[in-house]
Amino acid sequence: MTVEQPEPVATQFADDVLRVEHITKRFGAVTALTDVNLRLARSEVLGLIGDNGAGKSTLLKILCGFQQPDSGRIVLNGEEVSLKSVDQARALGIDAVYQDLALINELTVYHNMFLKREHVRWPLLNNKSMRRQAKQHLEDMGVGIPSVDVQVAKLSGGQRQAIAVARSVYSDAKILLLDEPLAAMGAKEAAMILDLVRDLKRRGDVSVIIIAHNYGQVLEVCDRVNLLQHGEITLDKYSADTSVVELTNLVVAEYRAALEARHRSA
Amino acid sequence: MSETAERSPGVQSAAPGGSPPGNNLLGTAKRGLTIFGQQREATVFIVVVALVIYFKAAAPAFATKDNLVNISQITAPVAIIAIGEVLLLVCGEIDLSVGFIFVLSPFVMHFLIDYYSVPVIPAVLVALLMGVAFGYINGFITVTLRVPSFIATLGTGFVILGIMQVTSHDEPVNIPAKAVSVGQWLGADAWSEIIWAVVLVAIFHVLLTRTRWGLHTVAVGGNMLGASEAGISVARIKMAAFMISGFMGALVGMQEAFRVSDIDPTSGGYGIMFSAVTAAVIGGTALTGGSGTIIGAFFGALLLAILSDGFNLLGISADPLPIITGVAILVAMIANVQLARLRRAGKT
Repeated sequence: MTVEQPEPVATQFADDVLRVEHITKRFGAVTALTDVNLRLARSEVLGLIGDNGAGKSTLLKILCGFQQPDSGRIVLNGEEVSLKSVDQARALGIDAVYQDLALINELTVYHNMFLKREHVRWPLLNNKSMRRQAKQHLEDMGVGIPSVDVQVAKLSGGQRQAIAVARSVYSDAKILLLDEPLAAMGAKEAAMILDLVRDLKRRGDVSVIIIAHNYGQVLEVCDRVNLLQHGEITLDKYSADTSVVELTNLVVAEYRAALEARHRSA
Repeated sequence: MSETAERSPGVQSAAPGGSPPGNNLLGTAKRGLTIFGQQREATVFIVVVALVIYFKAAAPAFATKDNLVNISQITAPVAIIAIGEVLLLVCGEIDLSVGFIFVLSPFVMHFLIDYYSVPVIPAVLVALLMGVAFGYINGFITVTLRVPSFIATLGTGFVILGIMQVTSHDEPVNIPAKAVSVGQWLGADAWSEIIWAVVLVAIFHVLLTRTRWGLHTVAVGGNMLGASEAGISVARIKMAAFMISGFMGALVGMQEAFRVSDIDPTSGGYGIMFSAVTAAVIGGTALTGGSGTIIGAFFGALLLAILSDGFNLLGISADPLPIITGVAILVAMIANVQLARLRRAGKT
């Protein structure tokens, strides 16, 4: 095996559940993504890191069908797909948990868990069945909340995140996209989310892409890390082959260079 | 959860599941009371009951059949229009034009029957459809052209008023003779309006609280971005609410024309619309979106009707009535906002 970068991209093609090839996305004059290539293996947890504005969220929104790329292709289980809507992506097993969680504060936990996939005994909602299954599923996943009948507004940030993740997993998502699931979390709540991701990995049928800022947590839970800078993937390494120091250095390198240039000219 | 298990049974919340075999009557009553207290309609319902008790004692004429008919006829139009407004307020919008759809609707029916010899039933249906069509226009301007509904419906309201004035020359007309029999069950009969109101309120209450569509309406109002990310069509939900509001306006406009057996260009307008919004707010619907109750709005309409009727019976001048209405709105809104804040803080 060569040690040349980016090394892991060349291997294990057969087991990839998702491949993103040459994706480009522009918003007016701004190019958010330039020729992005990314792959995700079965039951792999991939960390996607990068500075603010690097294009992480744009990439995520394209993968879950919320936005469409200007060019490039998305290959799912070996077949090219076009993701025209959130519903379509979801039907193909790709589901995202956004930073804002897409939870409805005014609704109960179980209604949130089944939003847009409600159980219906025509013409009415089958609340009993939704309540029972939501409770069962949250127990299975080890998510501790007082009751599925409370409004999600009353829950803590970690609990809300856990419910959003549980909702996606429960809806048969095979590829889970988590947009900064650890942002604004306390240590205890972050640990709970990381446990949840580890559990998913153990189950083996879900592949996960996590966007995060805390490199320590990323390396702790992810199998592999991709670094996105100015809309381009500039690093693709297994977690074991890199470190917090290397990732930090790469991200701050350009600022440091700019700073040094300024110092020199001064 | 261990947390709940450790609590004493007396303070256990009304969680689903089997009740202990030795459950006494007091416990059941207590729990029933707790559930009742949690309903947003509870406050306004209690106020209505208190007012009924007071006026019944203070004014002998209050409980007579004629007076009850009178109260029902003040309540019904406001309650029906409030159905549409509650749906809109729940998804974060409002319809200021509904009172003008109300005025135009019986004229449309009259033109079709008297000038174009259209049979009565189709004429009524076309007038209703006109309401739905203006609702669609309101929705289109708000959802597609992204003009806030407050402004969009302010504009369309004037347009509809103008259409009515131009076509009717601002002159009142009689109900078409052919339509009188249909008018009986639509609104002219003593109890017909309130029957319509109760049936519609019941239907839409169930739709809002027990169906997918209702859940999605609440979701759109609660977190519009979240709802669309979950795959809910925000546009379709809002469109439906505007169209229902237009329909209700057209329906009530004809009902009221039949009731007073006169098609009056000065009826409706902002008065009935603001009454409906007031009823909705007093009933527990937040103007911030995401929550609302149609039954609450019905009791809100009933409360307003009983107040004005009761004042009248007691011979008190109606002059201070707006003060009471205004205070009721403010109290309801302050309670709404503060209770929501307390609930978020987890204190209730």
